[in-house]
Amino acid sequence: MSEAGSGLNPDIGSRRGPLWFLAEVTYRCPLQCAYCSNPVDFANEKDELSTEEWIRVMREVRELGAVQLGFSGGEPLVRKDLEELVAEASRLGFYTNLITSGVGMDADRLARLKEAGLDHIQISFQAATASLSDDVAGRTQFEHKEAMAREIRRQGYPMVLNVVLHRRNLDQIDEILQMAADLEADYVELANTQYHGWAYVNRKALMPTMKQLTHAEEVANRWREKMAGKMRIYYIWSDYYEGKPKPCMNGWGTTFIGVNPDGRVMPCHGAAMLPGPPLPNVRERDLNWIWNESELFNRFRGLDWMQEPCRSCDKRFEDFGGCRCQAYLLTGDAAATDPTCHLSPLHQQVRDAVESAEEEPRVMVEQPLILRNAKNSKALREKFGSRPKVADAETME
Amino acid sequence: MSFAADTRVNLAHGMKFQWEPSQNSHVLLYPEGMVQLNDSASAILKYCDGRSVAEVLAALHEQFPDADLDGDVYAFLEDAHERGWIRTES
Repeated sequence: MSEAGSGLNPDIGSRRGPLWFLAEVTYRCPLQCAYCSNPVDFANEKDELSTEEWIRVMREVRELGAVQLGFSGGEPLVRKDLEELVAEASRLGFYTNLITSGVGMDADRLARLKEAGLDHIQISFQAATASLSDDVAGRTQFEHKEAMAREIRRQGYPMVLNVVLHRRNLDQIDEILQMAADLEADYVELANTQYHGWAYVNRKALMPTMKQLTHAEEVANRWREKMAGKMRIYYIWSDYYEGKPKPCMNGWGTTFIGVNPDGRVMPCHGAAMLPGPPLPNVRERDLNWIWNESELFNRFRGLDWMQEPCRSCDKRFEDFGGCRCQAYLLTGDAAATDPTCHLSPLHQQVRDAVESAEEEPRVMVEQPLILRNAKNSKALREKFGSRPKVADAETME
Repeated sequence: MSFAADTRVNLAHGMKFQWEPSQNSHVLLYPEGMVQLNDSASAILKYCDGRSVAEVLAALHEQFPDADLDGDVYAFLEDAHERGWIRTES
């Protein structure tokens, strides 16, 4: 989830339900971001939930206590019934967030969404220039996105401008922040790439040098001072470079619930790639059962599932052992300590990846990006089966 | 920010204040985030709807006739403004 604002607090008394509901209403998307967090084999997924099914799901998740609803994807604007979904979400008392690239948006649609009760828009930019934007995400219609960001502000929405940072755009940080200031964003979220999903497939091409990262942070700090009181700036490091894991989802099954386009329910964005029984589906079970009783939501709930070094570590109450999907991706064991932690016995793998990003020749001969599109998704799936062990996918041409 | 009796206070742009039965408390919602409010914070924020500080105080005095609360209210408003929860108009 996003880091805008101070985030959702997991330590709320006796609360048992989720707070944050991510509705991935479609995997269809006009963009092809090489770091997309969707499953690598998304092109295999069809059969999106209908309007009525989404409405039932929203009602059930709201009854569990969730207050924030993010409409995401894919590109949620692709859904013709988005206004209808937003209206129902708003009526149910959710704070409604639209997470969009702005591609496919127009002023009329924005006005209709506003009328439906949409509270806030997070618009993503891929870079500060059209050419780089297109390099990492296909045809991004950069000028149209800028026009839409202006329109979002003109219509009075609060706006978060989100940029995923990596080797190719980190050196544009000053231009990116200038753009955000010109577009009058309320919040800017500068999120360094997390290496899951497509970003893992493209890890070699995306990982920056330490110098790029620290320089970008310095620039962000300068802008933060300059824009104090006008624009809030969040600069988020990648766990690979920090030597400590992220407190994944504020703890598994405590705060976050996500529903895939086809109705599968996830305790984190990446859970579709974990081994084990099929994910629980809203078409088979109600959300109360899925949240409270399903094996998946209880698998890493609490601290009892932990192995050493997590099991006896003081930090386990803060980082919850890190990211389960990353642990599986890098070690083959979803219950292992996240290897981005310096205490993990496999931490050297992460160090090696970070160090290899420093090697000079890579600055000259850049790795090609595998863009997130149906063709590449099918190719990855054919090569590695329906749950690609993406560790092997790195060698893919 | 220092507040005068005639300063008008309102929730900041994009903020929503509502009762959440499942948390048994009022919350403040903003883009992708939430603050759970204690009783005194919610009592004050309830009246931050474009009224002046004097009017907010009057409403609170009516609700809590025995309380000596002016100092606390001013301190809270300053804090809430600092956190970006409320906006002001003179």
